[in-house]
Amino acid sequence: MRPHLMFTGISLRAAVTALTLALTLCVGPVDGARADDATFQAFGGKAGLQSLMEDFMANLLADSRTRPFFEKANQTRIKAQLVDQFCQALEGPCHYKGLDMASAHKGLPPITREHFNALVEDLQDAMDKHQVPFTAQNKLLAKLAPLHRDIEHP
Amino acid sequence: MRAYSLLPASLGGLLLLAGLVSPAAANDTGGKLLATGGVTQLEGAAGGGLTPWAVIGGYDTAGQVGANAFYTRVQSGSYSLNSYGALVGIANRVELTVARQSFNTEDVGGLLGLGKGYTFNQTIVGAKVRLAGDAVLEQDSWLPQIAVGAQYKHNDQGAVLRAIGARHDGGTDFYVSATKLFLAQSLLVDATVRFTKANQIGILGFGGKDDSYHVEPEGSVAYLLSRDFLIGAEYRKKPDNLAIAHEDDWYDLFVAWVPTKNISVTVAFAPLGNIVIRDHQNAAYLSLQVGF
Repeated sequence: MRPHLMFTGISLRAAVTALTLALTLCVGPVDGARADDATFQAFGGKAGLQSLMEDFMANLLADSRTRPFFEKANQTRIKAQLVDQFCQALEGPCHYKGLDMASAHKGLPPITREHFNALVEDLQDAMDKHQVPFTAQNKLLAKLAPLHRDIEHP
Repeated sequence: MRAYSLLPASLGGLLLLAGLVSPAAANDTGGKLLATGGVTQLEGAAGGGLTPWAVIGGYDTAGQVGANAFYTRVQSGSYSLNSYGALVGIANRVELTVARQSFNTEDVGGLLGLGKGYTFNQTIVGAKVRLAGDAVLEQDSWLPQIAVGAQYKHNDQGAVLRAIGARHDGGTDFYVSATKLFLAQSLLVDATVRFTKANQIGILGFGGKDDSYHVEPEGSVAYLLSRDFLIGAEYRKKPDNLAIAHEDDWYDLFVAWVPTKNISVTVAFAPLGNIVIRDHQNAAYLSLQVGF
């Protein structure tokens, strides 16, 4: 089951609905070789993502461009949700149960492209520190990049 | 084009200033991701080395202005080309450029009776506008970033150019570029179509056997080795419109190093083919870009 293939050409909102449906229909645990399991393993699996998220959050808090969005937030919860979200994006055995990205960022101060790209840089720094291979980094970023449409807002 | 005669001095100053800027704080300057403003192509536009890309140069995003300056030297067996200039990127939408090229004929100038080291100088003023798309972030879409641009060129050797069969000492190239980063594959692809009358990009004037615009495809493929290294290849088809000398299409293989948002260094190997009376002009290409 590779629901992400259905993303092509449809809006993210429609895709999220389709994804939820697809996951509901997908009975039982995902077993056997996943097509891109190598990328998930390159991140060190779920444990690797949990460890990565500690440094990612530290970077976001150290970066004056992103700190205002995270310093007063529930960082423990955000880290846990990011682990699920990244794990799912990497086709790992996880299911992100949090809010969709538009709802999750509503009410925050304006988020510009500069803020979004700053977060990408902080994530890249964290992935470098965890020695995630560059090609695996780019596969994750390719999945996350389109989310800018729901995250950025005036 | 008298106004641009001050350009060399002021650019020299800019380059000096740039040397004083510490690259340490680079990660915090400008809203674009590293290297996504491209390097500088021969005529001053953001792109690869030979061909413009649809990206807007500088690290500006909405509400920001980015700027950089470049110096490029191309040395072939019989000739050398120095090119330098500056670029301003506005809000990741508009790119304005100026560049000055000096093509030194070295010994060939003497053989042709022009004098050893005879030099053609060309000033290029360019503009590019991003029309649609985002080459970097729209990873769930096939739509590339699309931009249109123009490069007005004026060569200072009108009399010689007319003597060798060119019809004008100035001209304007127009181009459309489509650029897409296939991030999951770490691959950047650009396709550009140029409408031009230029002979050897304008160094040998404009128009010749005919005075029509020629439609010429160009393209680049670049593979991202890491955040700060990319390697690639380029192709630029050119008109062959002067009766006195054959003109070949250009290729290059390049490596670009972008250690910070303030600096990039590009080296390339470019088999430039025949230029005037000399065949097999295999050239080394070195380009330095500094950003502000």
